[in-house]
Amino acid sequence: MNAMPANDSLTTGLEAPGVLTPPHDPDAPGHVSIKGVNKIFRSRKGEVEALRAVDLDIKRGEFVSVLGPSGCGKSTLLMLLSGLLGRTSGDINVGGKEILKPNSDLGIVFQQDVLLEWRTALDNVLIQAELRKMDKKEALEKARALLRMVSLADFEDALPRELSGGMRQRVSICRALLHEPPLMLMDEPFGALDAMTRDQLQIDLLRLCSERDMTVFFITHSISEAIFLSDRVVVMTPRPGRIEQVFDIDLPRPRRLAMREDPKFLGYVHEITDIFKNLGVFREEY
Amino acid sequence: MASVPDTGFAAAENPFKRAFNAVPPAIWTLIVLIATWELLVELRNIPEFILPAPSVIVMEIITYWHRLWPNALVTLSEILFGFLCAVCIGVPLAVAIVYSRFMERGVYPLIVMSQTIPKVAIAPLLLTWFGYGMTPKIVIVILLSFFPIVINSVMGLKATTPEMLYLARSMGANGWEVFWKFRLPKALPSIFAGLKLATVLSVIGAIVAEFIGADKGLGYLILIAGANFDIARQFASIIMISVMGMLFFAALSRLERVAIPWREGGGLAGES
Ligand SMILES: Nc1ncnc2c1ncn2[C@@H]1O[C@H](COP(=O)(O)OP(=O)(O)OP(=O)(O)O)[C@@H](O)[C@H]1O
Ligand SMILES: [Mg+2]
Repeated sequence: MNAMPANDSLTTGLEAPGVLTPPHDPDAPGHVSIKGVNKIFRSRKGEVEALRAVDLDIKRGEFVSVLGPSGCGKSTLLMLLSGLLGRTSGDINVGGKEILKPNSDLGIVFQQDVLLEWRTALDNVLIQAELRKMDKKEALEKARALLRMVSLADFEDALPRELSGGMRQRVSICRALLHEPPLMLMDEPFGALDAMTRDQLQIDLLRLCSERDMTVFFITHSISEAIFLSDRVVVMTPRPGRIEQVFDIDLPRPRRLAMREDPKFLGYVHEITDIFKNLGVFREEY
Repeated sequence: MASVPDTGFAAAENPFKRAFNAVPPAIWTLIVLIATWELLVELRNIPEFILPAPSVIVMEIITYWHRLWPNALVTLSEILFGFLCAVCIGVPLAVAIVYSRFMERGVYPLIVMSQTIPKVAIAPLLLTWFGYGMTPKIVIVILLSFFPIVINSVMGLKATTPEMLYLARSMGANGWEVFWKFRLPKALPSIFAGLKLATVLSVIGAIVAEFIGADKGLGYLILIAGANFDIARQFASIIMISVMGMLFFAALSRLERVAIPWREGGGLAGES
């Protein structure tokens, strides 16, 4: 199918025919370009090589998922992209600007919802506006609209402890979207949720994405989640994390839950599973 | 307002039971204890100079009020002033410890170690330095109550998770905003736990200081009454102090509920 070696991923973005995303423009807001990035953690106990020679280009508006075994450096890559962590070597550009310090022109959703327990759902979304000194009235309207979109209109004034795990994660997604960032970084945002809530949030997320031209960098452990959501799926090797393969997911949008039984969908699942088997991530004999 | 979940069985409507439930259980226990005390003293004819009955103590409080009240005010001002000083020193110091590596490594361990010194043992020393006025009492109150405030504030200010800080920075928050919008609110429950511990210690501090050298205050009254074998008067003073301590604690708990409306309960333990 559309699997191709990682090194070619820089050019495949250019050549992919018939894609609806805007032309490849490295200076477009939300365009991510990662070249030869290495990350070594140094501590008193020694060195941990987390990432090795990672190359990846993400076009504006593209939804890219990263799959890889635990500890392979997915979160590290996200932290490097956001500029919250410094890289050891290599280049990272977002929207044509080199990342040398924490980049605030993005939204982040972590695995835990990181809601502030002293703020209501609405105020948790609005902290984004406060810190960015956005117009208050406008921000309030937007925050309300976002909460409504994820069916939380009735819970604006609820405190985080009064919300379920799925509701809390929805609030944190709204918070990350409030300022309409060109780039969204999500680190296993649905990892802690039950399967049903997860399905719903995936659909919510896709709907939100379809309404704006937003690049999404999405980390997950679930092969089917990655395929279901993404335009491309990046498969990483065990530590030190390298990109093993990048899959173009050629499924129509809007995505529907039923597509998960589609032979094409299952084909991708098998291919990716096989890669992990070959990498020794899955061992079936016992 | 029953706290027991409704099981669906119709409970027999009993007005006595209702009245009983309207009073907190601890109050009932207290009433039973006091009644037992009263009865025991009556029935066994225990002499007043060994153990006065509660009724006698209440009478003593009323007749002795003209001395109790002004002395209580002295002790109360020592407690409040010392406590406020401890807060004003302790909380900023905790902030410095959390933000400065030098303070954390060079000063914080000394503060922790200093806790092994029994403050009561320093009290006579303070008397020689500061005389018999209010100052040594306030200093002892500060010394006793300052520690839980610092420790709990440091704990609270460090409770901010790395994710919270990452999130803050990704939203473009500056250091000032990180403190006011993230660290401090996150620390409040723990800070209040420290403050509540400090209320108890500040009362102890004031009384101990007055024991060691004073010419007014409830601690002084207790000492004088003890020298005169006036047990009822001693009890009267003790009850005054206890009530003051309880009111102080209750006031702080009230303040806590106002300052941390997002939390249910609270309590001494801090993090629930
Ligand atoms: N701050 C750090 N200091 C030292 N080593 C670190 C640090 N953060 C991560 N590592 C190491 O880097 C490697 C990659 O970690 P990372 O968190 O990126 O993995 P991950 O792919 O996100 O794993 P998971 O799927 O379990 O979240 C791990 O081996 C980890 O031990
Ligand atoms: Mg991770």
